[in-house]
Amino acid sequence: MKKRLGFYLLLAPLLLWLFGLIIVPHIDMFFLSLQEKLGPGDYQTSLANYAAFFNEPLYWNTFARTAIMSILATMITLLIAFPVSYYIAKLAQGRIRAVLFTLCLLPFWVSELVRTFGWMILLRETGVLSHLLQWTGLAGQPVEMLYNDATIMVGLVYTSMLFMVVPLVTTLDSLDNAHVEAGYDLGGNGWSVLREIVIPHAMPGIVSGSIVVFMLCLGNYLTPILLGGKSSLWFTEQIYDQFITRFNWEQGSAFGFLLLILSSAIVWTGLRLTGQNLSSTMGDGGER
Amino acid sequence: MNDSTDQAPALECRDIVRTFGKFKAVDHVSFSVPEGSFFSILGPSGCGKTTILRMAAGFLEPDSGDIYIKGKSMLGVGPNKRPVNMVFQHLALFPMMNVADNIGYGLRRRGVAKAEIAVRVKAVLERIGLADSGAKRISQLSGGQKQRIAIARCLVLEPDVLLLDEPLGALDLKLREHMKVELKKLQNDFGTTFVYITHDQSEALVMSDQVAVMNKGVFEQVGSAQELYYHPDTAFVAGFVGDSNRWRGRIDAADASSVKLTTADGLSFAATPPKAGGLGAGGEVDIFVRPESVQIARAEADVQAMDNRLQGRVESVLFNGANSRVLVREPRSGGEIDVALPQTGAFHELRKGEDIWLGWGKDQAKCFAAGEAG
Ligand SMILES: Nc1ncnc2c1ncn2[C@@H]1O[C@H](COP(=O)(O)OP(=O)(O)OP(=O)(O)O)[C@@H](O)[C@H]1O
Ligand SMILES: [Mg+2]
Repeated sequence: MKKRLGFYLLLAPLLLWLFGLIIVPHIDMFFLSLQEKLGPGDYQTSLANYAAFFNEPLYWNTFARTAIMSILATMITLLIAFPVSYYIAKLAQGRIRAVLFTLCLLPFWVSELVRTFGWMILLRETGVLSHLLQWTGLAGQPVEMLYNDATIMVGLVYTSMLFMVVPLVTTLDSLDNAHVEAGYDLGGNGWSVLREIVIPHAMPGIVSGSIVVFMLCLGNYLTPILLGGKSSLWFTEQIYDQFITRFNWEQGSAFGFLLLILSSAIVWTGLRLTGQNLSSTMGDGGER
Repeated sequence: MNDSTDQAPALECRDIVRTFGKFKAVDHVSFSVPEGSFFSILGPSGCGKTTILRMAAGFLEPDSGDIYIKGKSMLGVGPNKRPVNMVFQHLALFPMMNVADNIGYGLRRRGVAKAEIAVRVKAVLERIGLADSGAKRISQLSGGQKQRIAIARCLVLEPDVLLLDEPLGALDLKLREHMKVELKKLQNDFGTTFVYITHDQSEALVMSDQVAVMNKGVFEQVGSAQELYYHPDTAFVAGFVGDSNRWRGRIDAADASSVKLTTADGLSFAATPPKAGGLGAGGEVDIFVRPESVQIARAEADVQAMDNRLQGRVESVLFNGANSRVLVREPRSGGEIDVALPQTGAFHELRKGEDIWLGWGKDQAKCFAAGEAG
């Protein structure tokens, strides 16, 4: 009996956190999202807020754009992070390894806001890069590099890097060098060893890294707004808009819920398409 | 030209050297392995065995010297282009593929047609006695089965030479004994040249046609198991291969066929000098005497004719069927002498505490300049 009590006491903070900070607000948000505002102080239960999302092209266009950009950012992050992680996990030795890993971590020592302003200082019309281009004669007049999709992409990839590198380094670290050597010994070349041995082994890391990065991009607010400006058309901006600018909490809640559902659906589809499942990724992937 | 390559040894290393920083892991090693034979490299941990194998496989380049496979130099040829395959110490079977895909991996890399791969994988699985394991996952196999799959994965490619890096190391004793016989049988069946490295002398002696004994980056001696056991060239080989009783002493007199010496405890022995000679009076030497070369007698008269005689007291009797031993305490030096009991059973009633005479001829005592021995 006493043991039980200890167990529940230990569990309590976790349950409180789950219940108090995640479940309760979501339940509340759910009911809120079902309220249709008829007039001041006059509400009725309906799906009108959800219907608004599908009826107003701006909303779902924004969502589609956000999702596609996030998927793209995830793929670019993966493409850049994979060789970096492979180098850190398999090729670098001792000190260099630690230094490289810290280098990936370093950007996170300053707040996201400051980091993003850093990019703005570099990229704006009167910024460092613009001056450099003019000084070398590559550009005749000031160049504005902010407020376009490419810049948003750069910002997203930069912010996400670490969350891809960590799981990749961890899984690649556990890859036995002898497996790679055996792959070559039996006649494989770099490409086939990568495809048949390294990537299948790293799959749990690739999947969990991709899910985290995708979710982070989708839910990011600062980077797209600051680097993309008012025209960034990011879905979180729509939610912010509803809650703060228009004070339409009912509509904002519905958007929040849609974001949750649609992003889950995209992750699920992604797992399905690549033939993975969540338990093998999060649990011991070695058991496959 | 073609004729000469047909006669060429399957694998030949000429004067290869490999250093890691300042450390010489492999130091001017030369050897050649005839086609179809079982060649072992035997040596203590860290002596450079794996380094040699990795150079043959192409994972390391030698600093100097050359490696030939069937008469063709392999310098600058990548591991995926060499007609050799390697069985890794921990086998390195691919866990994400099933057994058939593991074995078929190399064939797929060569672009063999799918149907053909299936046929050849099936054939090789049958030959190793695992015909219906093709669809199994690697984690579902026993240690011995994994072993055979790892070898089959290489043999299906029909390599000129199969390199094996202590493949039995991870197995328990009983399975290891079984796999020794199995490996030799596989080698006979397939007729492939095997180069096998191990620090376990019984593996090397049982399976090999030729054994190279290696120490600190150099080959001490290359020969058949019998040659190494009965005619060691160096103190290291005499000490490393098989069991020996060992004494160190100073030479009183030496000629081409015999050496007389006295140990620090005052024991005198006669022994046979090495072929190379070079031992002179006053020099320090080690002598090695095999347990089975020592004769036991109850009376001194029975060993009177022997060059070396000692009296001692039975310390313990280690009964183990045909391999029974007695440990005899020699009173003057206080040392223990390991003696094999004769198979006739003449001394089977020997008891602890009995006084006994030991004797052996000088040709049974191998003498080498004192130094480091295995
Ligand atoms: N990549 C390397 N860098 C530095 N030193 C190395 C390297 N590989 C091997 N060595 C050194 O070379 C020596 C020989 O190594 P090797 O692996 O060939 O030994 P081995 O005979 O196979 O030993 P074991 O029986 O323990 O496997 C060792 O002292 C080892 O420390
Ligand atoms: Mg080794």
